[in-house]
Amino acid sequence: MARVGVFVCFCGANIADFVDVPTVVEEAKKIRDVKFAIDYKYMCSDPGQQMIRDAIVQHRLTSIVVAACSPRMHEKTFRKALSDAGMNPYLLEVANIREHSSWVHQKDKKAATEKAGDLVRMAVAKSIANEQLHEISVPVTKRALVIGGGIAGIQAALDIADARIPVTLVERSPSIGGRMAQLDETFPTLDCSQCILTPKMVDVASHPYIELIPYSEVIELDGYVGNYKVKIRKKASYVNFKTCTGCGACWQKCPVKVPNEYNMGIDKRKAIYTPFPQAVPNKPVIDAEHCTMLLKGKCGICAKFCEKGAIDFKMVDEVIEREIGAVVVATGYDLWDATPYEEYGVGRYKDIINSLEFERMVSANGPTGGLPIRPSDGKVPKTVVFIKCVGSRDKAKGIEFCSKICCMYTAKHAILLHHKVHDSRAYIFYMDIRAAGKGYEEFVNRAQVETGAIYLRGRVSKIYQKGEKLMVRGEDGQLGQEVEVEADLVVLATAVIPDKANPALARLLGISYDKYGYLSEAHPKLRPVETAKAGIFLAGCTQAPKDIPETVAQASACAAKVCGLFAGDTIKKDPMVSTVNKEFCSGCQNCVKVCPYQAIVTEDIPLGHGAKEMRTVAKINEGVCQGCGSCVAICRSMAINLAGFTDPQIINEIVAI
Amino acid sequence: MEAEVKDKIVSIEKPEIIAPPDWKPVIMGILCNWCSYAGSDLTGTSRTQYPPNIRIIRVPCSSRVDPWFIIKALQTTADGVLISGCHPGDCHYISGNYYARRRFLVTKELLKMVGFHEHRVQFSWVSAAEGAKFAQVVKKVTDDVIKLGPLHLYKKENFNR
Repeated sequence: MARVGVFVCFCGANIADFVDVPTVVEEAKKIRDVKFAIDYKYMCSDPGQQMIRDAIVQHRLTSIVVAACSPRMHEKTFRKALSDAGMNPYLLEVANIREHSSWVHQKDKKAATEKAGDLVRMAVAKSIANEQLHEISVPVTKRALVIGGGIAGIQAALDIADARIPVTLVERSPSIGGRMAQLDETFPTLDCSQCILTPKMVDVASHPYIELIPYSEVIELDGYVGNYKVKIRKKASYVNFKTCTGCGACWQKCPVKVPNEYNMGIDKRKAIYTPFPQAVPNKPVIDAEHCTMLLKGKCGICAKFCEKGAIDFKMVDEVIEREIGAVVVATGYDLWDATPYEEYGVGRYKDIINSLEFERMVSANGPTGGLPIRPSDGKVPKTVVFIKCVGSRDKAKGIEFCSKICCMYTAKHAILLHHKVHDSRAYIFYMDIRAAGKGYEEFVNRAQVETGAIYLRGRVSKIYQKGEKLMVRGEDGQLGQEVEVEADLVVLATAVIPDKANPALARLLGISYDKYGYLSEAHPKLRPVETAKAGIFLAGCTQAPKDIPETVAQASACAAKVCGLFAGDTIKKDPMVSTVNKEFCSGCQNCVKVCPYQAIVTEDIPLGHGAKEMRTVAKINEGVCQGCGSCVAICRSMAINLAGFTDPQIINEIVAI
Repeated sequence: MEAEVKDKIVSIEKPEIIAPPDWKPVIMGILCNWCSYAGSDLTGTSRTQYPPNIRIIRVPCSSRVDPWFIIKALQTTADGVLISGCHPGDCHYISGNYYARRRFLVTKELLKMVGFHEHRVQFSWVSAAEGAKFAQVVKKVTDDVIKLGPLHLYKKENFNR
């Protein structure tokens, strides 16, 4: 005979205001198997948990129902309370009377109370069929995979490797460094980006615990937390890195010119190239899309000039396999293409550039040697208009979120412009100045006072050409009048968007992403670096727009999570896995076909006790099983059951409605 | 069984059975843990209101749902059933929602053949971010079932039980 205890939570006023909690308790007491029912203001608080622990002992309860918030919120909390009282934690059921009743039926207290009562009755019915379950221990492969070699990936890799855990760092482009390597100086201290980043890049390359695989992509991930198998496609670089000394004779002689991605296409690179002089590894690769030798079979000049004979046109893509235990995804960001802003003449006027293009121009190692120029005629601009929130915070153009970093880098750009062109003036059109961060507000003030940048609160309605100049017509909201600025150069702070490959990567890794393509964290507040899939973590702008300090902090947080995961030789896994009742199994193997994880294999067992004839039955590897239950629903002979969601449990719930 | 509940514009002209005035429909909702259940939680967090007739059961994945559950619900108390899972391609368990979709196509045909109106059992995709959509789906299903009338009376009249 089951003895169920029901604990109904007020959740302060969250539940109590819209559900009559005492009535729910009275209803619960009427259920046959309920031996104890009580309410309390905050069941999740320590006194609330103590009530549960005391009642378990006093009333010899066999299962517990907590009617409170969503089980996705506090199931773990209450499970712990059960195990503290010496009860198996999986004898708990949570009735979700907050998210599913009090919060969604706020206008009808009677119906909400009735529904809460029903939800409690269902949970009680289910809990009666609950079984004692025990966490499963699985071994861990102590090697981490970091996807993306920007500052996030670099920081995560270094922190993990410093804990003496081997790391495989995969970077898509020929060099690590990412977006940060493209920046000139960084806000709010104006320290040189390259100066603080390149030592870290070198550390990555020389670290004994880091295996750097540049110019490669992850193509497949199998397995589960602690035991992933990854396939990495290493693109053919056509240069033998072992013999290449990085002398540069090849790319100096290469006749093919291609827009330079590192400089945002402002200048040209060669078909054989290193992305930038401080690249790590500092070895060139051949861009197969543009190399004449690879396309047409003619040229080969680089091979002629290479004294080491490192050029190998016959090189092919290589697939590298690694066994890893955890993944850190750090794929970074891109800038939104502002072409939909037709009123600004984006794409029509050459002198409208985006912020990364401006960043490359003012950068000391940039294509213009650190001087901003007008792309149309190469003259140095005297009046520069910066427009913020181009794309961001604009629902009509499809991006509703704030890109977070533009306020700060625009202030930085105003200062850098003043440093490079002393007699210039910056006009900044803005919606709001969002300078929340250590030293950020001071930095914006500095831009205004030190450089005389003119901040105009308002949107730009139109940009048109007048002679050599661009006329920027907008609104000065504080004066309440229209303004027109005669600009030499217009810089758009376009929205920060996730890497275009994010959705495909998310599907490959089996994690979720939002409508913009940002990868989703497990909980927006309390689990910001984890994904819903155990053992996969997020760092940097792949999750949401972030500045460098936040990115580094999140990367280090990922490293801490990985180190925590690898702290023991085994990890604990939820016991919600399928099991086969061999006596019922008919060996049809339908379950083998539907299992998305290849967790089901077959085995031969004697036909009867002591019999020599054998028959085939299914066998589930509980380490691999993720507990989806596909096999349970497909099993004709009802031989499989999923712990925690067994047929009796769910049928009990249905019948109790 | 279309992918999107909201796409269904088949209207119901007259109820299958006249409902007594105090009748309140009961809808059984089976939601997958990772998308739709999380979505329904979001509906709560954002305080979006929907009709109070649905009783939600959590399963790990829509592929865990055995057609038996649907039949059992219709046999006992439920006047309608809503199954909801992750969007195609977004299944937490890689491919579970595809199995679910195929399974329910067949189940629905079977139920139709037996004499249940197709709107009594509905299927939808609701992601963890679609709190507002979940409220719409519940409202749609509840409205449909209210239009159809109480199932227990319909069964008594048509199935002789």
